[in-house]
Amino acid sequence: MEKMTKVSTINGRTMFCHLDAPANAISVCRDATQVVVAGRNIFKIYGLEEDGFVERLNLRVGRKPSLNFSCADVMWHQMEENLLATAATNGAVVTWNLARPCRNKQEQLFTEHKRTVNKVCFHPTEVHMLLSGSQDGFMKCFDLRKKESVSTFSGQSESVRDVQFSMKDYFTFAASFENGNVQLWDIRRPDRYERMFTAHTGPVFCCDWHPEDRGWLATGGRDKMVKVWDMSTNRVKEIYCVQTIASVARVKWRPERRYHLATCSMMVDHNIYVWDVRRPFIPFATFEEHKDVTTGIVWRHQHDPYYLLSGSKDSTLYQHMFKDASRPVDRANPEGLCFGLFGDLAFAAKESLMTAPSSVGEVGRKTYPGGDRRYPIFFFKKPDVTEQFAQVSSALSVFESEAGSAVGMDWFIKTAQSYLLSGKPFGELCEHNAQVAKRLNRPQESTTWTMLRIMFSEPANPSMSANHNLNKSGNLPLVNSFGMKEMSAALNERNKENRQDNIHNLDSNHNNNDDNEETEGSEGQAEYLFGDAELDDDDLYSMEHENPAAEETEYLLPQEAFPIRHEIMDHPSAPEPLQEKPESPHVSGSEAESMCLTPMESFSLISVSQLLFSPHLPPKFFCPIVKEMLCYYAEQGDVQTAVSVLIVLGERIRKEIDELTQEHWYMSYIDLLQRFELWNVSNEVIKLSTCGAITCLNQASTTLHINCSNCKRPMSNKGWICDRCHQCASVCAVCHHVVKGLFVWCQGCSHGGHLEHVKDWLKQSDHCPAGCGHLCEYT
Amino acid sequence: MKMSRHISTGPSSFIPENEIIAATPLSDSTVMYLDEEFNGRVDNLTQVMGLHPHYLQAFLRCHYYLLRMDGPLPLHYRHYIAIMAAARHQCSVLVCHHVQEFEQIGVCSDWLRGLEFCPQRLRNLNEINKILAHRPWLITKQHIQALVKTGEHSWSLAELVHAVVLLAHFHALSSFVFGSGVNPDPEVTDVSGVPDDLCPPAMASLCTCHLTNSNQANRNSQRNAGSELEALMERMKRLLEEKEDDDASEEEMFTRFEKEKKESLLVVSKGFDEEGVPPSPVARFVADPSFGYQDFARRSEDNPPTFKAQDYTWEDHGFSLLNRLYSDVGHLLDDKFRTACDLTYYNMASHEGVDTSMLRRALFNYVHCMYGIRHDDYDYGEVNQLLESSLKVYIKTVTCYPERTTRRMYESYWHQFRHSEKVHVNLLLMEARMQAELLYALRAITHYMT
Repeated sequence: MEKMTKVSTINGRTMFCHLDAPANAISVCRDATQVVVAGRNIFKIYGLEEDGFVERLNLRVGRKPSLNFSCADVMWHQMEENLLATAATNGAVVTWNLARPCRNKQEQLFTEHKRTVNKVCFHPTEVHMLLSGSQDGFMKCFDLRKKESVSTFSGQSESVRDVQFSMKDYFTFAASFENGNVQLWDIRRPDRYERMFTAHTGPVFCCDWHPEDRGWLATGGRDKMVKVWDMSTNRVKEIYCVQTIASVARVKWRPERRYHLATCSMMVDHNIYVWDVRRPFIPFATFEEHKDVTTGIVWRHQHDPYYLLSGSKDSTLYQHMFKDASRPVDRANPEGLCFGLFGDLAFAAKESLMTAPSSVGEVGRKTYPGGDRRYPIFFFKKPDVTEQFAQVSSALSVFESEAGSAVGMDWFIKTAQSYLLSGKPFGELCEHNAQVAKRLNRPQESTTWTMLRIMFSEPANPSMSANHNLNKSGNLPLVNSFGMKEMSAALNERNKENRQDNIHNLDSNHNNNDDNEETEGSEGQAEYLFGDAELDDDDLYSMEHENPAAEETEYLLPQEAFPIRHEIMDHPSAPEPLQEKPESPHVSGSEAESMCLTPMESFSLISVSQLLFSPHLPPKFFCPIVKEMLCYYAEQGDVQTAVSVLIVLGERIRKEIDELTQEHWYMSYIDLLQRFELWNVSNEVIKLSTCGAITCLNQASTTLHINCSNCKRPMSNKGWICDRCHQCASVCAVCHHVVKGLFVWCQGCSHGGHLEHVKDWLKQSDHCPAGCGHLCEYT
Repeated sequence: MKMSRHISTGPSSFIPENEIIAATPLSDSTVMYLDEEFNGRVDNLTQVMGLHPHYLQAFLRCHYYLLRMDGPLPLHYRHYIAIMAAARHQCSVLVCHHVQEFEQIGVCSDWLRGLEFCPQRLRNLNEINKILAHRPWLITKQHIQALVKTGEHSWSLAELVHAVVLLAHFHALSSFVFGSGVNPDPEVTDVSGVPDDLCPPAMASLCTCHLTNSNQANRNSQRNAGSELEALMERMKRLLEEKEDDDASEEEMFTRFEKEKKESLLVVSKGFDEEGVPPSPVARFVADPSFGYQDFARRSEDNPPTFKAQDYTWEDHGFSLLNRLYSDVGHLLDDKFRTACDLTYYNMASHEGVDTSMLRRALFNYVHCMYGIRHDDYDYGEVNQLLESSLKVYIKTVTCYPERTTRRMYESYWHQFRHSEKVHVNLLLMEARMQAELLYALRAITHYMT
């Protein structure tokens, strides 16, 4: 902060002083030694000393301060160092002469404007010429030697917000208006403007001529933009546009820096920004000292770019040193990366980086070169040596995901559908799932499954494998013989041929099961409902042993032959016996026991493959690792893998992970499955889960209340005879017998009967079998 | 009495029905289109406002943006806030309408049973609701802080701004409804779906009767009407000429404002029982009903400091803040204010080609004056010359306690002017009031933010 810089003749540092009241505007005298601060309740001149502001003069004199002191704007004459002008909120234009001997320095008072005067401006070279712009829509030019205005300019539109004499053209001045227009006038021709164009939507609060470039005008508006216009051509052209974050209250070109300008905002944002107009998205420098909106900014000297003065509503006056400014550029991210909603990827980086390795060349890549088309060409070709920072322009690349893959979640659906969670020996399940993951291009998951198999598979157990894999016994037991290192790839390669058909078999079996479930109508079926009133857990278990027979003959026999309760429960229970079989060693004996059964074989194998771990390692040994892995997957958002592994491992891992976490995973996975409408998979997961809270999900809202079809009373007891009217309640419309199995009815006419009967009937006829004339539809 | 019956059947109980129908070239305009698109029908309010189709368009666009389009608040909140705001002025027309709209949304319908049934979060708005409705100058950043400070029932700034705009909008709209005697919509009162006693026909007739029962006295005051208009024109002309050579000193200007402010104290509508707030079904949406308007400048008390219009203007500060927190609504409001202020037909009663800007500005600034907002560049002496005392009574009643407006007040000023011109006056009053409320509220929010 204490750094002193010697530029031209000015010394100083970042410093401030408290004012007594909020400032509305500030202005400096030509030699940059004094600054005048004006506001509603303040009008003072401060001297700029090396180490602080010194109050020189208070221009608010008199017992009853008049509204003429309530300044909206102030300007110090750049030629005559004793001359000041202020614009008052009550519509007065006042000039002040500091050379007057008495305390009251007020020289002249013009009360020609009817509304608040927003801006006063001295001619840069002419001593006696003053211009004012007012809320009433008029601009007036005063000759200070006369008592009245010499000419009046009518904007023919709304209030004037700013007027500025051109620095280079003697007769020209610009005026900005509340309706978004900017007008150019010739001071000699008050009858009509030379030029008019719409610069902003909403009021244009400020404008500033470029100190060197003849035709350049910067404007700032309520629409949060700063625009630079080139007036030198026939058509006014917008050459730069800077987007700020709040309404722009003031804009001032930075001296000696062709492309720099300073802005401050009207509301909300208290900072002062210095922009390089060629880099419109990030400020070149920021001054963050003020605690309320900055109302006035001015460069201290018209040829010194390092000192900025500012006044603010927080009643402070600051001198900012450019060295002490913060540079947002330094903290900005040089690269950007973002995912789109549909899996698209956008990547922005420096152009030099983007063009270098062309080998990246992706399908569907679009490059949008040069962020802003308004960049003039020459700028790229010869960068100015004096520039303070390297100009960068970034390229934006968008990588579109392939058209077919919707949202990139197919893998989830496919995985969910093809994973096997039960119904096979453990080793086969793992193997199958590893293949599935591999097919879907997810090597990590695939490896995980293979490793799991290696970790937890029982060493060869001929009797077991014979039970289940008669066609290829001997394959599975070998698994343990492969070393950890070569596990997945090599193994998969070798076993591929053997496995392939097997997997197909499995798949088709699995699909068959699915089909069955679907046609029998689980939750997925909306149109048809089961006519079963009560579900008894007792029944469920008592019937289990009949399963295999039932499955085979399901569609061949009339439904009545099987009690319906059994039929529904059939599927939930079906996989359970199968699932338990591969695990039978565990179930029958303790885990330790089962390991003890097979030490010999694994020991011999170990020596061959030189495993890092001793073969004595019980599966338990791996549990912490597996647990960690599952948690990792869950953390990564791949709750699918976590749950699938959890189910397949079953008892092996279950006790290691606390119930709540498991429940949480299950819930998330089931929720996901249901969002993708994978009802069957979700149901399977629910069935296979070992958490009490999850399994009971299937029991929720399974009660069906039915009314007697004759007397319309609710059927309360079990059985098929209504209490009240003593008639059979649900009679099949086709065969007129009581339906004790699957009852299906049309929601349109409420007739129905045996599922098979109705199905058959509707194949032949469109009409309701009861003869009611309704056109029933079976979906 | 027969007369009043006849009149009260139309959209407005002050204005003859045929006048509105005749003067409404609406059938083909985009305005109707707008209204129907959102509303499905044209209600009485729209018909009355339709006397100024140009304004109506800006109004409806803003109105429906606030209520139906994207915004920080959920739809049912918006209607509930509308109900709360209108209920402050016992404006049953608006309350009924929005109760119905609320019903249609079909959620939380038990809130309609009263304030104690709605969430604490909405109830927290009561404080600023009553302040904004009656004494907006009392709002401070502490009020904003209390609402925004983190906690269970806190508001985000964007939500709060939306709520504030809604409150101000419906307070001002209540003024318009009472000021031009808009009748309840027949459809609204007929609907049986509206819960219990909220909008029974009896209620509707209550407010119309109340508004119309006092038209017996207006005949006699019409005799010197002709000269009245001439005098007003004369005064405007003189003011315009005087403008050039009127070098009133600062003190003079200041005292004129103070005088106007003070005099607005004396302008009191007579014959209204100060305490007697009739218990109405609307009362369930009102907390602290005794909190009413109090004059800004009260004698022998510490007055709150005058709000200097130049220090916090709508165009610069209000707009910027609003647009930042609730985008687009700034533009719509800006458009609405501008349309209202610039609306003119260059007519005064039977005279044509008259520049009415002076009159319009006087009306606008007088409302601000009553709310303690001073425009530095305005000579408040003009108000005194242009606005006769009966008009001042009307203005004060309509803006400060619109529920007390009577037909007699409506008819007691500007006898020769057309009804559409009086509606125009109402529009100005409404917008001036809304802007004043918004300025106070947004200034408080700005203070909170800095």
